[in-house]
Amino acid sequence: MAFEGLQERLQGTLKKMKGKGKVTEQDVKEMMREVRLALLEADVNFKVVKKFIADVKERAVGQDVLDSLTPGQQVIKVVNEELTKLMGGEQSKLQAAQKPPTVVMMVGLQGAGKTTTVGKLANYLRKEHNRKPLLAAADIYRPAAIDQLQTLGKQLDMPVFSLGDQVSPVEIAKQAVKQAKEDHQDYVIIDTAGRLHVDQELMDELQQIKEAVSPDETLLVVDAMTGQDAVNVAESFNNQLDLTGVVLTKLDGDTRGGAAISVKAVTDTPIKFAGIGEKSDALEPFHPERMASRILGMGDVMTLIEKAQTNVDEDRAKELEKKMRTNDLTFDDFLEQLGQVKEMGPLDELLEMMPGAGKMKGMKNIQVDDKQLAHIEAIVRSMTKAERDNPSLLNASRKRRIAKGSGTTVPEVNRLLKQFDEMKKMMKQMSGQQKGKGKKKGGMNMPFM
Amino acid sequence: MNFFKKLKDSISTQTDTVTDKFKDGLSKTRDSFVGAMNDLMKDYRTVDEDFFEELEDILISADVGVHTVMDLIEQLKDEARLRNIKDAKDIQPVISEKLAEMLQKSANEAAINEQPGELTVILFVGVNGVGKTTSIGKLAHQYKEEGKKVVMAAGDTFRAGAIEQLEKWGERVGVDVVKQQAGSDPAAVMYDAIQSARSKKADVLLCDTAGRLQNKVNLMNELSKVKRVLGREIPDAPHEVLLVLDATTGQNAMSQAKAFQEATDVSGIVLTKLDGTAKGGIVLAIRYELDIPVKLVGLGEGMNDLQPFDATQYVHGLFAEVLEQTDTDDENS
Repeated sequence: MAFEGLQERLQGTLKKMKGKGKVTEQDVKEMMREVRLALLEADVNFKVVKKFIADVKERAVGQDVLDSLTPGQQVIKVVNEELTKLMGGEQSKLQAAQKPPTVVMMVGLQGAGKTTTVGKLANYLRKEHNRKPLLAAADIYRPAAIDQLQTLGKQLDMPVFSLGDQVSPVEIAKQAVKQAKEDHQDYVIIDTAGRLHVDQELMDELQQIKEAVSPDETLLVVDAMTGQDAVNVAESFNNQLDLTGVVLTKLDGDTRGGAAISVKAVTDTPIKFAGIGEKSDALEPFHPERMASRILGMGDVMTLIEKAQTNVDEDRAKELEKKMRTNDLTFDDFLEQLGQVKEMGPLDELLEMMPGAGKMKGMKNIQVDDKQLAHIEAIVRSMTKAERDNPSLLNASRKRRIAKGSGTTVPEVNRLLKQFDEMKKMMKQMSGQQKGKGKKKGGMNMPFM
Repeated sequence: MNFFKKLKDSISTQTDTVTDKFKDGLSKTRDSFVGAMNDLMKDYRTVDEDFFEELEDILISADVGVHTVMDLIEQLKDEARLRNIKDAKDIQPVISEKLAEMLQKSANEAAINEQPGELTVILFVGVNGVGKTTSIGKLAHQYKEEGKKVVMAAGDTFRAGAIEQLEKWGERVGVDVVKQQAGSDPAAVMYDAIQSARSKKADVLLCDTAGRLQNKVNLMNELSKVKRVLGREIPDAPHEVLLVLDATTGQNAMSQAKAFQEATDVSGIVLTKLDGTAKGGIVLAIRYELDIPVKLVGLGEGMNDLQPFDATQYVHGLFAEVLEQTDTDDENS
């Protein structure tokens, strides 16, 4: 696998550190190397990475990590926090003009998804904010770009302003704003032709449009799959057009999207929206913290850890651990753990937060069903106290009774018994390995996770 | 002979238009090249760890990809040890040789697999916005210029305006377009297109498809079906399956290449948008890991700006601008 998450990457380094008791500066250096590789593999620009690593290292060496008992988690936490900070901290909204219409201008390279985004943004403004947008077709260069916008307008039942492809884009933009005023449309979204940031003639044209209609928002549309060159593109567009924000497109792919960091770092303008699908409603406000996790390829581990910690009773966990070692885990303990997992939230939500889960083949299509948990709970609750303590009591007749009592079937009861048995075996092995390893955190002993 | 002299020679001995196109397309980078190379050698007289670290940055900044870069650097270190190279300028030709070799194992592998006297079917695949339709339009123009009869199939029935876009290219170039309504089955369009190309006794059929992200299973299955339909009508068809890649794409291009190869058995790559500052270095990694050669490159907006790939020229362009950047970095620091 070319893309390993940061967590897997750190695993190797952490293994070497185990048993050393204390983390050295050398260890931190090694971890930083892994962080660097993870970021580079995620397409974050190498210069941005260099600076970022320097910042994180300073924080890491400055006690945050060194004194921690879980340096690996701590490093991830620091990296994640710094990354979120770098990406703008919190969500940023679209600006509105004091006097309508608000003018939004879309710019970017060819194929970034400007025209599609114009349609999606218009749809978003209408749906979420009850606005009336006018779409302006100012891409007179690409064959059929105007047709594309008109088709989108038809699909969305929204007005599209076009003067054909023989009128200058500057004029089209001007007329569109005028038209919007007359028709009392409160937004004008201008679709411009894709262009290379080094094509001076076309960049000048964008400046002219900007001067003519003074847009409230000039949004750079960036393909989330963009590599190292994202900095050059963003820098150039920003220098010439003074961007107010960025839209990141094609995030429904499997790209890590490190370009988001690069673009943010060089333009210092917020990423406002993310394109997450082909349909016209597949545009959502951008969440910096989610993007940080995605770039690191680790799911929303932070939330998961937090959830686990707030829901697990430390003392009970220790007791449980002892039971596991002596192999007398009962169905009652099982039930208790089940309760803890349920308190953490719906299963599919938890699964989404698991590192790597989103990437697993076919995972997206699996509906994780909290009903299954309910079934398991029902089966255990249909057992007598004696049966829960000693599952070997369960003969065919008892199993039939339990199946009936829980509204399930005997095969289902059997399956659970088998799983419970295997779980016990596994736990015994695990606790056997961990014996004598000294300190161990009792936080995450959830067998079925 | 040192590296840039060798490169200059290789460029000046190739005087055909292909080289001119390359020179123009990569002009953003060429001008500064010789000077920058001199500077690198000035900065690094000896081949040491710092030199390799700098080289690592240069390759990574061209999107070559961490894994491939690491391997490559290891190989170069071995080579340097083996040949006892100490001087930075002596390792330059080794680097360029290695990269060019990696990209192109023989000069004619960039050639399109044409079927003389019969219908050649070329299928274009790729993610959204990489330039499939534009590449088809340009290629249609070039085949037409060569006196060939060309038919284009409007297989992107999904994106708004895609059929119109190909039709406009058809008008511009003077080539027939086979189409159905928006939203119809692309495999059915392909079937029609083959029948039409046959009855017109066409030489080349260029098949457009809708852009799709490689992790969309259903859409990838649809693409496999399109390919199957072509193969059912003409054994061996499609004769080329060209994956169109945007040069600005980063590491995700590897994932694209893998997925499209699995679904359609890609035979070559069209690397578009090389006329910007992006280098598309990921094609090195793709060649290295998946052995898919680059066949065509898009070097500009003009009709003739789609050109056969030339590894030496490409490697030249790969280095130039990054070296310029390194240059300014050094000045700043």
